[in-house]
Amino acid sequence: MAEKQVIVKIKRQVSPQGAPYWEEFALTWRPAMNVIICLRDIAENPVTRDGKKSTPVAYDSNCLEEVCGSCAMLINGKARMACSALVDKLEQPIRLEPMSKFPVLRDLAVDRQFMFESLKRVKAWIPIDGTYDLGEGPRVAPETQEKAYKLSTCISCGSCLEVCPQVTGTSAGDFVGAAIISQVRLFNMHPTGAMHAHERIGALMQPGGVQDCANAQNCVAACPKNIPLTESIAEVNRQAWKQAMLGWLIG
Amino acid sequence: MRRPKIIVVGGGLAGLMATIRVAESGVPVDLFSIVPVKRSHSVCAQGGINAAKNQKGEGDTTAKHFDDTIYGGDFLANQPLVKRMCEAAPGIIDLLDRMGVMFNRTPEGLLDYRRFGGTLYHRTAFAGATTGQQLLYALDEQVRRHESEGKVKKYEGFTFLSAVRDGAGMCRGICAMDLRTMEVKTFAADAVIFCTGGIGAIFGRSTNSVVCTGSAQSALFQQGVDYANGEFIQVHPTAIPGEDKLRLMSESARGEGGRVWVPKKAGDTRPAKSIPENERFYFLEEWYPKYGNLVPRDIATRAIHRIVYQEKLGLVGQAAVYLDVSHIPRETLDRKLEGILEIYEKFLGVDPREEPMKVFPAMHYTMGGMWVNADDQATTVPGIYAAGECEYQYHGANRLGANSLVSCIFGGGLAGTAASRYAKNLEMGTDGVDSSVFDRERQRQEALNQALISQDGDENIMAIWRELGETMTEHVTVTRINKNLEIAYNKLLELDQRFRKVNLSDRSKWSNQTLNFARELGNMLVLARVITIGAHARNESRGAHYKPDFPDRDDANWLKTTRAKWVNGEIQLNYEAVDISQITPRPRRYDAAK
Repeated sequence: MAEKQVIVKIKRQVSPQGAPYWEEFALTWRPAMNVIICLRDIAENPVTRDGKKSTPVAYDSNCLEEVCGSCAMLINGKARMACSALVDKLEQPIRLEPMSKFPVLRDLAVDRQFMFESLKRVKAWIPIDGTYDLGEGPRVAPETQEKAYKLSTCISCGSCLEVCPQVTGTSAGDFVGAAIISQVRLFNMHPTGAMHAHERIGALMQPGGVQDCANAQNCVAACPKNIPLTESIAEVNRQAWKQAMLGWLIG
Repeated sequence: MRRPKIIVVGGGLAGLMATIRVAESGVPVDLFSIVPVKRSHSVCAQGGINAAKNQKGEGDTTAKHFDDTIYGGDFLANQPLVKRMCEAAPGIIDLLDRMGVMFNRTPEGLLDYRRFGGTLYHRTAFAGATTGQQLLYALDEQVRRHESEGKVKKYEGFTFLSAVRDGAGMCRGICAMDLRTMEVKTFAADAVIFCTGGIGAIFGRSTNSVVCTGSAQSALFQQGVDYANGEFIQVHPTAIPGEDKLRLMSESARGEGGRVWVPKKAGDTRPAKSIPENERFYFLEEWYPKYGNLVPRDIATRAIHRIVYQEKLGLVGQAAVYLDVSHIPRETLDRKLEGILEIYEKFLGVDPREEPMKVFPAMHYTMGGMWVNADDQATTVPGIYAAGECEYQYHGANRLGANSLVSCIFGGGLAGTAASRYAKNLEMGTDGVDSSVFDRERQRQEALNQALISQDGDENIMAIWRELGETMTEHVTVTRINKNLEIAYNKLLELDQRFRKVNLSDRSKWSNQTLNFARELGNMLVLARVITIGAHARNESRGAHYKPDFPDRDDANWLKTTRAKWVNGEIQLNYEAVDISQITPRPRRYDAAK
């Protein structure tokens, strides 16, 4: 009996300027295979289904347990993490493409620097005085902790930006996307972070800020960590309105 | 006036903490990392971070934390700095708390603590079951703040190739490769701090991330940085077997009451839930009544191997035992362990809140690493510092769970402060070094790349890597037998020869991950030999190093640190005494209170 096969179609591109092309690979099926294992099989024997010698596929990966955020790509058209995409649960041929909202570096690897730049823009941190000993941090109610912890599990994979119709580019002034807005909510929730909430909200009232959200709600469905992104956007929107009104009243 | 400058290589917990300390001291930092630092392997640490805060009124003290750590490490760690680390731990928790880490809280709003292996106290602060992720993010955010203020410049997507050493042997900078353009460049610095993490890839499959190859440590070893206690490899008792990765199931599962068991009857095919309580063998609880499921990792791992391989009581159809949390209320599980239970559910499609998990030991951590001094994390090469998993200092022969995060932050901070001081006090800085020193190193590295790209052989790097992993896992993990270690060593020599004949399936000059991995693999093969000969030489059993032919700890002959040196292309082993000035070694046993 012939071995069971896994057919994988990959949209490839040799460089940022290169024209995309598709290649198809036939791999030997094994139990508990995921998309990463498929890509590793190809690396060990980079020969296409029709026998043409090819090259290993470039892609980002690191932890392989869906906590580092590296391996996001389009799998059968859906933005998701390659490590947790189990072959047995995917329709074949499995189509792999790089995310479309970020510049392609090579094959499935993309440049998500935009997200990290945005985190800088909104000052996504707690401004501490220094790392010397200043005693304990502020007390936090367990209920607040549980909410904040969930927001803090964002892995910056970019899936929410990929599926958002409002995300159109990765330059300053382009919509920052749900992940970043949710981080602002996180830092504004923290007792120390709240002291500087207006700075973060101010940054999100600039072009590309929270007002660019058009409420498509694709983000929350795409988030691999089930972060309540739409709730975050609503909350940050409320904070922005409040800040705008106060600014108008005080002049 | 001369402006000192420092490079940090590696952006995990230790690297980020070092970066922050250097930035705070007013010295500019260049931070190099293969991946965006937020994606570093520290995100995989799950269970928590230890500090004797005595928040549960149990009478815990930093002295007890120190004793547990030394005892758990089977007395191989130099004691004074471990003591300092344990004393600093409560302050480290405070710092992280101030940075906004969302640690779990008690009803009073204080940090909650749970139990972990190798201690009888609730000493482990935690943020769900993704504590490493939460800590890394907090430090990442602080570094981003320093970056936005111009104090830190990040080089993400760069891999370290070698140190630049001047005629006097001092480190004056690094040679690194841009993983997009594949360009090899040198970067000047007055001091370099290495925080390059674990070495899991040497064992093929492990709980480590893809970037944990040990390549940087190995490259430095081949440039004169000594490597200590390489033979001490921690195999974690509970991981989910997988073909691409062995995914960790944190010790916190047991810290929260999880129990390890197998059916008493060999070959029992009944579903786990239908096996009555009195027909289950809770072997850890039975063999180690005092610590039960929370014995240190080396003990639990050997017990599981004994159950599966000697007693033949492993689960049907697979080398595994049950790790059971299904008796714990769902609400507690979701609040305290959700992160790891989600991993099990996603990758196996089974809900561990309902069904016991099937787990097996997996290579997890290296206690050994670059040799550093007992004061300030300096290596044998002037100007090179090391912190985090890549150095050997804090964990002796076996690391206690939740001690790694604290050692990363303590060591990283210490290295940052020390490197700044060193850089400021240098008589002649790197800007006084002739550019030919840098050019020579760059050309040497470019030549190595060119040779790999252009050579025509018939070997595949992925195949060599697979054989390396299989050899190391089979012979150099849980049970070590000299005859087998010799087999492994010879295999490593063979692989080294075959590596010289690799044919890269990708010869392009843009974002060539194959070339990068080939460079890493070459270095992995050297470090694998350091580990193997260290294990072969050490004829005793201590902590994670277990030889059935030498079943006891032998303090008379082996209470000493292994120090490997690279001499004319050969590995030379030397030994030095362990500093036991604080706690006199005593037998280590976990079946009774110590």
